[in-house]
Amino acid sequence: MTALATRMRRVKPPAALGGKAGSLLLAAGLILFAAILPFFYDSGSAFLEDSTTALIYVVFALGLNIVVGFAGLLDLGYVAFFAIGAYTMGWLGSSFFTSRDIHVGVGEFLQAQPGIHLNWLLILPCAAATAALLGALLGFPTLRLRGDYIAIVTLAFGEIIHRIAVNSDEGVFGIGTFNLTNGRSGITPIDKIDLPFVERFSTLNIRPWYWTALALALVVVFINIRLRDSRLGRAWIAIREDEVAAVSMGIPTVRVKLLAYSLGAAFGGMAGTFIGSFVNTVNADQFEFSFSIFVLAMIILGGLGSVWGVVVGAVALSFINTRLIPDVLNEVPSKVGLDFDLTQLGFGIFGFLLVIMMVLRPQGLIPERRHKAELTEGIGGGEHETTVEVRS
Amino acid sequence: MRPRGEAVREFISKFGLVVLLLILPVAYGIQDLQTDGDLSRLATNLKDGLSNGAIWALIAVGYTLVYGIIELINFAHGDLFMIGSFVAFGLMGTLGLTVTTGAGGLLVGLLLILVIAMVACGSLNTMIERVAYRPLRNAPRLAPLITAVGFSFILQNVGLLWLGGSHQSVPNLIDSQKVLVTVLGVPISNGDVLAVAVTVPLVALLVSFINRSRIGRAMRATAQDPVAARLMGINVDTTISFTFLAGGLTAGAAGLIYALYQTDVWFFAGFTAGLISFTAAVMGGIGNLKGAVLGGLIIGCIQQISDNRIGTEWTPAIVFAFLVLILVFRPQGLLGEQTREAG
Repeated sequence: MTALATRMRRVKPPAALGGKAGSLLLAAGLILFAAILPFFYDSGSAFLEDSTTALIYVVFALGLNIVVGFAGLLDLGYVAFFAIGAYTMGWLGSSFFTSRDIHVGVGEFLQAQPGIHLNWLLILPCAAATAALLGALLGFPTLRLRGDYIAIVTLAFGEIIHRIAVNSDEGVFGIGTFNLTNGRSGITPIDKIDLPFVERFSTLNIRPWYWTALALALVVVFINIRLRDSRLGRAWIAIREDEVAAVSMGIPTVRVKLLAYSLGAAFGGMAGTFIGSFVNTVNADQFEFSFSIFVLAMIILGGLGSVWGVVVGAVALSFINTRLIPDVLNEVPSKVGLDFDLTQLGFGIFGFLLVIMMVLRPQGLIPERRHKAELTEGIGGGEHETTVEVRS
Repeated sequence: MRPRGEAVREFISKFGLVVLLLILPVAYGIQDLQTDGDLSRLATNLKDGLSNGAIWALIAVGYTLVYGIIELINFAHGDLFMIGSFVAFGLMGTLGLTVTTGAGGLLVGLLLILVIAMVACGSLNTMIERVAYRPLRNAPRLAPLITAVGFSFILQNVGLLWLGGSHQSVPNLIDSQKVLVTVLGVPISNGDVLAVAVTVPLVALLVSFINRSRIGRAMRATAQDPVAARLMGINVDTTISFTFLAGGLTAGAAGLIYALYQTDVWFFAGFTAGLISFTAAVMGGIGNLKGAVLGGLIIGCIQQISDNRIGTEWTPAIVFAFLVLILVFRPQGLLGEQTREAG
């Protein structure tokens, strides 16, 4: 039997209508639960803050999922787009550039402040567009490269952006004396999100932040699902599975790959603006390589290419990062009589997770059916093994 | 007659990288001639570059060996080197080596440390291969790369827990900055001599091992075609384990030299060192041992020139920019890659 025929057999026909209605009901229930969740907690509670962070990580992870999960291009420099989004927020929504006075669509409080102040709803598309442009720009040179070189080139881009962020407090690229990023001290404070018809967001009341993040996450989930089932999404999956076959079927790989990079980047940029405003600072230390790996670990935990899997992975890892490691696990060593700080284990745990998941369950917690067939194909009883048997 | 455009393109693809590499030294050489009247400053830069580059060359050899045989960017290799430098640092304390130790004791102690650091990194690398890469031998190509990234993080965390997050200063056992001789106005220090004295014999040994020995032949056969090698009775798994062992040994040696030369170890040093050395391996042509050494030396020079003239804070960005340019415009490197795809 040919490989193609084997693969076709593994792909089951779509679930019956009843299953679809059931999963829609489940999704609606979960969304409702997420929407009313803030009422059970104090409006300024740490739990709501962590939940908001988790929702924003969902946006990041779904953006990267387009590049890595759908199109199969391993991007290790995703932090670059977070940086672009956050800096767009910092530049267009703070008093950082005091010499200019531009105010668009902001309330009375910000009107009185010097600097450039745009409404978040205006900054959001700006950041998305800038990130998308940069994504295509960074993606362009990698088009001809093979998979592992793409990973290294994107990583190098991410590091270059980080370096620029760190060093551009006096002159961009060492040229001139213009302070673009304020280096490690960063741009702070950042304007709070200012939505029409509701009162100004504040750090004391997390609920509006939470709902905004939830809305953003839901929109991105919806776009992700629609993209996956669209012609473009099928083209991505085709080039992921077999680029040569995809090209011979008439898929324009250049355009399709660039679209994957730009769309993924756009989501990263959008989430970046939110984080910038939410944590009230944009500084160079936020944009380290470990962020890219953190988001990658979310996707791999949930399941490459599986939208709901990625949502679960992002929420789970975000909570492990903000709650489980600092709060719960931190007391374990002292209880068993050991003396070390478990919070330091953070990224070691994520590294361990990457290894364990790839070796034991490469398809993730909630696998995408098609990807699972692809990933398990070679391991244990593929065609490669039969050639080896000749020896004995 | 061929159209002129094609000839230009051919020239760029053949010599573009060489020209690109020569831009910085030539530009600063001319500048030096105009301001100082001689080239001693540039020569000192290049000398520092070569001895620094010797360390990168040792690490790059590890990347290139592994890539040559299983086409995997062993992302954890840089952090393995960091573990090597930590082992060396720890053993200096254990053996009680200080700046006051006599020459004989120092020599014996350092040789002992060299052997232990090499063995430690070698066995660690073999273990990582067994745990993280072997189960994924037939999986899609990105799967082992992701586990490699994972192990890189694990090793970094081990380093963080071991010596903490701050830089640790290593006793300056060999007085690495002390000038030994001055040749043509270029001061050559103890550290330079050490770096070259360890790297050259090690790489020579490795090359002759791969060219002459039975296991070396098995390694080359596996690199060319693992299935055919297996049919010829070569134990492919053992051969790959040996490759990782060899890569780990060089990383351990590099760890000791780095600790002595820079007199500083840090848990995060492996990440940058790994990327720099990978750049070196690609620059020389991945899979190509001589290329890795050449690439390491060149990257060392670029780095020194950038440190000295442009600014230390921009050096990583410049090296990464070189990495991107090479991967995009000349992925086969200077001496040509030796992998299955390249034939």
